[in-house]
Amino acid sequence: MTAHITKAQLRHPDDFYADLLEAHEGLTKAESDAFNARLILLMANRIGDPDELKSLLEAAARTKHPE
Amino acid sequence: MTKLFEVPLYPYKWSPDQETTAPVRHPVVIIGAGPVGLAMAIDLAQQDIPVVILDDNDKVSVGSRAICFSKRSLEILDRYGCGDQMVDKGVVWSHGRVFFGDRQVYNFDLLPEEGHKRPAFINLQQYYCELYLVERLRALQQEGKPVDIRGGNKVASIDQMDDHASLIIDTQDGAYRIEADWLIACDGAGSPSRRMLDLDFVGRVFEDNFLIADVIMKADFPTERWFWFDPPFNKDQSALLHKQPDGVWRIDLQLGWDIDKEEEKREENVIPRLKQMLGEDVEFDLEWVSIYTFQCRRMEKFRHGRVIFAGDAAHQVSPFGARGANSGFQDIDNLGWKLKLVLEGTAPENLLDSYGLEREWAADENILQSSRSTDFITPKSEMSRIFRDAVLDLSETYEFARPLVNSGRLSVPCIYDTSPLNSDDIDGLPARTRPGSPASDAPVGEEWLSDRLGDGFKLLALGLEIPERSDIAGLSVEGISVADGDIGAELRSRYLGDASAAVYLMRPDQHVAARWTTLDWAQIETALNRAIGKGDAA
Repeated sequence: MTAHITKAQLRHPDDFYADLLEAHEGLTKAESDAFNARLILLMANRIGDPDELKSLLEAAARTKHPE
Repeated sequence: MTKLFEVPLYPYKWSPDQETTAPVRHPVVIIGAGPVGLAMAIDLAQQDIPVVILDDNDKVSVGSRAICFSKRSLEILDRYGCGDQMVDKGVVWSHGRVFFGDRQVYNFDLLPEEGHKRPAFINLQQYYCELYLVERLRALQQEGKPVDIRGGNKVASIDQMDDHASLIIDTQDGAYRIEADWLIACDGAGSPSRRMLDLDFVGRVFEDNFLIADVIMKADFPTERWFWFDPPFNKDQSALLHKQPDGVWRIDLQLGWDIDKEEEKREENVIPRLKQMLGEDVEFDLEWVSIYTFQCRRMEKFRHGRVIFAGDAAHQVSPFGARGANSGFQDIDNLGWKLKLVLEGTAPENLLDSYGLEREWAADENILQSSRSTDFITPKSEMSRIFRDAVLDLSETYEFARPLVNSGRLSVPCIYDTSPLNSDDIDGLPARTRPGSPASDAPVGEEWLSDRLGDGFKLLALGLEIPERSDIAGLSVEGISVADGDIGAELRSRYLGDASAAVYLMRPDQHVAARWTTLDWAQIETALNRAIGKGDAA
């Protein structure tokens, strides 16, 4: 189910990553948190499909950073 | 001017029941003459079931209280003979504004779906609703219907027997005893009946207080719903402004749980907040202020032998979404016909268990919806607050975020998908009218489907001809045939889809029991038996 969700799709991964960091530059922690929340909501709307969204939530929950 | 809620409408009167040696047995006794208890009485009286309503009070409720009546409630009240009065007096609105902090983030027009007799909802003070229901009861009494409303009658104790309930009632002339084959407890969220029977009221999800104020504006103010998230005049909480008839505006200020109620209610504390909310130069009179406390919970079971609970006595939700009185009317609509069939012996007693199943399911849905609204309005964690604020910030610029804004999802009738009274659905007909669904209204010629369906079991045949009456499963079922040429666009899209013909078996509460694309009397009989609790799984 999740295979196609996590397949590499970014055409220019380094560019996107640089853009993401740049967007957060100069923001306080609170501003960054708010930015991330807006971005997640925009991306969720772009995806739209409820099953895909659930799979994405599961995929994120499965990959925890070790304590 | 004497306010409506100061006039005794059903003052205490001595009843012959008070001097009999043996207690008088009544088929149905209702405790509580609020909207739900009154609706129950009308439902039963219209079906010629003798009914007694007991209330320790004798007036309509004080203040506006429940103010938003849904389309479904209006359809039910149409069958109780009060729909026109409600709609004529009520305020219909469709515009609203949403504020976040000190700014407006967006405004909206609800543009409700067309092809319905009744609007999506109206605003009306609860005391008007109760007044119309009492007037209707009086009219039914005039027609000779067996209904008796007893004010100043306070139930002091309830004893449950196998085949009845026994009550002791206190009055100004002393106590007396009566018995009820069926006792319907509609005595509100604090239900003394529930306490007397030592029954649970579980599932506390959250608790909150609201300051509710009715104000009379002295100048024009738009007919709109205004909702504030985290406004400067009520930090970290919400506020709601809603128009009611008679130039009365209803204001709800959320206060949180740990507050000093007496302090908050003082005029010198209320007025400055309202001024901040409405604008310094807006003149108004404060008519009524109250603090309303709620919890989200329900009884585990709504039926306890011969005692049945309905309305807030059975379930309580947050005020977001207007799911209190509206779900109470749906309880009554569900219970009335079942009680009638059981009392006359047409249906087995277990039909009443389906009232519990269906309405407990509905209560869960209402609790879920109102809990979600509350989670949005009052974020419970740092991260939920971040997301809530992000939704509101985005909603100012982007339309996509507006459906995520949750200031209450307005009450819609529950679809009894899991009900044992439903027959299996067939393929090819629209999902919105599947078994368990409430009938969607639609124009039928010069009439409305909701009016045509009325009370009682009905067979609705679209593109097919059926007899006007059929005797099935011990019931006389009216048939409504709509010829192909008379099927309008709404009726077609809501009941036929791509099918050329369909037969619907409708319950007396206008929920779909079963449906087919061909006429098969054997299937209809099986489905009807099932719908009155005679199915094998019921």
